[in-house]
Amino acid sequence: MSVVPDSSTDASGVGADPRTGPAPGPSRAARLATRGIPLLVLLVLLASAPLFAAPFTANTLSRILIFALFAVSLDLLVGITGLPSLGHAAYFGVGAYTAGLVSIHWTSAAPVPVLLAAAVGALAAVATGWLAVRSGGVYFLMLTLAIGELVHQLAQSLSSVTGGSNGLFGIPSVRIGGEPLTLAGYVYWYVLAVAVLGFLGLWLVARSPFGATLRGIRDNEPRMRSLGYSPFRYKYLAFVVAGGFAGLAGGLFAALVRIVNPSDAGFTTSALILLAVVLGGAGTLWGPVLGAAVVVLVRDTFGPQLDGHGPLLLGVVFVVAVYVLPRGFAGLAGLVPGRRRSTGGTA
Amino acid sequence: MSTTLLSLSGVSRHYGALRAVDDVSIDVPAGARHALIGPNGAGKSTLFKLVTGSMPVSAGTVTLDGTDITQLPEHQRARRGVSQTLQHSSLFLSQSVQDNVLLAAQRQHRSRRSLLPRRQAAARDRVRGLLVDVGLEARADTPVAALSHGERRQLEVAIALACEPKLLLLDEPAAGMSPAESSRLVGLLQSLPASVTLVIVEHDLDVVFALATSVTVLHLGQVLLTGSPDEVRASAAVQEAYLGTGREALFLDHPGSTQMEVS
Ligand SMILES: Nc1ncnc2c1ncn2[C@@H]1O[C@H](COP(=O)(O)OP(=O)(O)O)[C@@H](O)[C@H]1O
Ligand SMILES: [Mg+2]
Repeated sequence: MSVVPDSSTDASGVGADPRTGPAPGPSRAARLATRGIPLLVLLVLLASAPLFAAPFTANTLSRILIFALFAVSLDLLVGITGLPSLGHAAYFGVGAYTAGLVSIHWTSAAPVPVLLAAAVGALAAVATGWLAVRSGGVYFLMLTLAIGELVHQLAQSLSSVTGGSNGLFGIPSVRIGGEPLTLAGYVYWYVLAVAVLGFLGLWLVARSPFGATLRGIRDNEPRMRSLGYSPFRYKYLAFVVAGGFAGLAGGLFAALVRIVNPSDAGFTTSALILLAVVLGGAGTLWGPVLGAAVVVLVRDTFGPQLDGHGPLLLGVVFVVAVYVLPRGFAGLAGLVPGRRRSTGGTA
Repeated sequence: MSTTLLSLSGVSRHYGALRAVDDVSIDVPAGARHALIGPNGAGKSTLFKLVTGSMPVSAGTVTLDGTDITQLPEHQRARRGVSQTLQHSSLFLSQSVQDNVLLAAQRQHRSRRSLLPRRQAAARDRVRGLLVDVGLEARADTPVAALSHGERRQLEVAIALACEPKLLLLDEPAAGMSPAESSRLVGLLQSLPASVTLVIVEHDLDVVFALATSVTVLHLGQVLLTGSPDEVRASAAVQEAYLGTGREALFLDHPGSTQMEVS
């Protein structure tokens, strides 16, 4: 019975869920406690990190949160909808440039730059997804790859707007109530607040009837058609939502590092984030958060200490992970007794 | 007296040179219990696909409730009330039984596509009711991949009913079911309201004659005969078509006995 690749049921595992089967197992309150309390503890720990951690650590944690949000937005496509994209950094990059430009030329008052980043990221997905989601399989991979390269090239060549290959620099710090956030701890809190709201938004989307429809399309698209769903419409909407949240993550990234490079929209970034999703366990939402943490730590922390062999190390991590953990970190949770629902039934 | 719900006119489907469905015309009145029978390869499953729209016609028109739906894509036909079970189960294997039915039910009982997961009480109630109807209530949380073949067939029926169909097409729903399961199915189908029009393909003639008010016999893609169950049973042409398939015995049995075993 454990042959069932029920990533979808794991995805629902984050929150209590109103299953009222004949054998409900532990009560809802108990389940809420077992899941809610660790989540709350984690949140408190994360929120208090700047109080005892060094600024460098706060910065790394901020990066992890941003890439985690980015990875979860991609998981909506890859894991929930079954659309593996090789160009998701395009929307991250569009969001980052949007937030940077808005901050430079208009205002850096929170949350204006990140909200516009999300909106423009979604608009970019509206413009490009229409074509991409009409294709499937390898063609979807190729099209998203092309879209990513297109955005990358645009960022390079529109140098009067984007700063070209020098990057868009001089992005002012985020302001809250007129005060610029300069300390790493404050920026971290800002990133944490927005990222948590982003996670919550994506989680709600995945748990909603809309999310169930996306999983249905992933599992059996022809059957969904016969149930009266237009897969194109739902995939397109998922693409746009994913683009919007990637844009939001990009906006946070611009606020954090205050420089945006064309490579942030390019293939390497897309590949890394896809790696984070696969490493963590596609379709679970929380797995990719762990995946993003590993990817960021290996690349940013250990990478420089290895004479620039960070990507090589990541490649090794990837190969080993896929070999040892075919369902990502999230697959490990399935081995813990009690973590999974009574999937075996009475058979 | 009653209006025609489904009307096929000159419907054909060719696979290369093979005429799988060849110039078929059938009228199914609203509320009918119509059976479609014929030997393997007669074109029954293909004909269903032409009605649901999962495959385009080569020629002819399909009319539902007075509207020509020949050019409509499959999902729009489904939204107009065409629902089906496929001969070969097509389910969402990684999801639970309940979630499978919910996918069909949530479209009917949605509360403005709410983002709040809890707000689906109506759809969930309907799912629970349907699972009781088909006899899967104890399996609600089981992943579909763990179901037996017969249980999957039952689940197919629950999903098809969750679409609240006007026209229900069942392609060999009892194939692979135990006698108990299949008589439960017959009971369920008999209890469907007249607002559901049923067209059923079934090899188990006990099931067919327990349900059908009219029967169409398909042979080599063509309609051999449409008539009442008694007419079909008496027809020499039908027995001819079944000769060599090993099924003629079912027809030659004294009529009437078949019904007793089921209901
Ligand atoms: N996709 C297909 N491509 C080619 N031939 C097909 C296809 N589907 C069915 N056929 C052929 O069409 C004929 C009718 O098949 P089908 O509709 O499945 O018959 P039935 O359901 O009555 O057994 C058969 O000869 C079958 O081999
Ligand atoms: Mg068939």
